[in-house]
Formats: sequence, C-alpha cells, structure tokens
Amino acid sequence: MDLVVFWIMAPVSIGAAVLMLFQRNAVYAALFLILNQFTLAVFFVLLDAHFLAAVQVIVYAGAIMVLFLFVMMFLGVDRREALAETIPGQRWLAVGLGLLLAAGVVLAVGLGVGLARAPGPPPGGDNIRAVARVLFTDYVFPFELTSILLILAAVAAMVLARRKGRGLPDLEADAVSEPERAP
Amino acid sequence: MKTPIAFFLVLSALLFTIGTVGVLVRRNALVIFMSIELQLNAVNLTLIAFSRQLGEVDGQVLAFFSMVVAAAEVVVGLAIIVAIFRRRVSANVDEVSLLKW
Repeated sequence: MDLVVFWIMAPVSIGAAVLMLFQRNAVYAALFLILNQFTLAVFFVLLDAHFLAAVQVIVYAGAIMVLFLFVMMFLGVDRREALAETIPGQRWLAVGLGLLLAAGVVLAVGLGVGLARAPGPPPGGDNIRAVARVLFTDYVFPFELTSILLILAAVAAMVLARRKGRGLPDLEADAVSEPERAP
Repeated sequence: MKTPIAFFLVLSALLFTIGTVGVLVRRNALVIFMSIELQLNAVNLTLIAFSRQLGEVDGQVLAFFSMVVAAAEVVVGLAIIVAIFRRRVSANVDEVSLLKW
C-alpha cells in the first residue's frame, strides 16, 4: 500500500517541480510549487511524520505560498521573463551540472544507505506527542530562539517594505523624512 | 510493504537538483525564491526520511526548525524584492547589479 502511494505521488512531485521550472508565468509556477508541497505532505505521512505533514500544508502550502502569490499580485509580475542569456551557454551548463549533482547524490545514497533497505517497524505511540516531548525538553532553547527570529523577520519586513514618508500621518511623516532632508 | 528509505532520499535528491537548476537558470527573482523553497523542502524530506530510518524524532524537530527559518527567510526576501521593485520596477535579477564592480 505504501509503495503504491509512493509510486503514484513521486511522479506527480517530480512533474510538478519540473513544470514549475518551465513556467514563464510566475503565478503558474507558484501553483505548481503548491502541488509539489502537497505531495511532500503525503510523503511525510508515509514516513509517519504526521505533525510535520500538517505543518507542511498549513505553513508552506498555506502561508508561505499565499505570501508569494500576494507579492506577485501586488507587484504585477506577469510580464514575460527576458530569455536572452547573459552568460553564453549558462542554461546548458546549469542543466549539465545539475544532472552531475543528482548523479552524485544518488550514488552517495546507494553507497551509504543501500537502495532497497526497508526501514524498521514504525515507532509505536503518538507522533505528535513524541515530537512535542523532544521539542519542549531537549530543544526548548532553540525553540524560544525561533520566536525571536520570527519577530525580527516581521519587523525587518515591515521596515524594508515600508514606503518612506507616504501613507503616514503628517506629523510622523515629517519626523521621519526630516533627517533625510538635512545635509 | 514499507517503502525503502532510499526511495525518499533519491526523490529528495531529484527535487533538490531541480531546485538548483531553477536557481541557476531562471531570472525572475520570485521564481528563484520558489526554487530555493523547493530545495529547502527536499532537504526536509531527507531529514524526515532519516528520522524514520533511525526511529528518532530529532530529525523531525530539525525539519520543523528549518520550516520556521524558511518562513522567516521568505518574509525578509520578499520584502527585499518589493523594495527593489519600488526602485527598479523589475523582478529581473540581472538588472540588480548595483554592487557589481
């Protein structure tokens, strides 16, 4: 059963990724990436990582890709991408080196893990409970650090994407733009 | 029958490669970002596959952290793209060469 699901979802996953690569329109590329992330959530379920499958759907396919689409709509980036190569032969070189990279990693997997070794019996018990136990005991300090990281990212995004001087009340706008005008 | 772990690892390697080629080939900054997301996802799959192989959930916690960092990275990256777009009216990475000598 596991294998059947894997062999159905694996071509979908690879196909979605390849189609993402070939889409001229960035919005279509984003939609194919969402499809790819859904298939990855299925693989996470196959690997008994139920919590991360839910997080994958909610955070990646939900929040992050919506953010991407939001920025695309906001910027209106539906124009054609320039197809001329800046560096001659860059495209074929990239594809060739990519194939080399894939061959190298697959070889490493074959040598290091063995291509047909089945995993042991699934760990008993509740996956979410097990993740929570490890997360809030062994990894509680990094977990708290990630909250700082997220706050920093939110503040940084607001500072970077803010339109300077416009959209603010007059008093604040003056206060903000005054140092810039001063020599 | 359970799927061998190596299948997931090979699939993850292929997805990572597609992401790498995407970063190298595409010019649209947003699509490059999406390719980086694909690479991060592929590495998450590897982490979870190894976590399953070893029977420990540490790999899953690591994948969880990598998702958090990816979310933060996307937020800041998209803000930078928006800021560049305001100045240049383009999402083409070739036109952003202010720091190029």
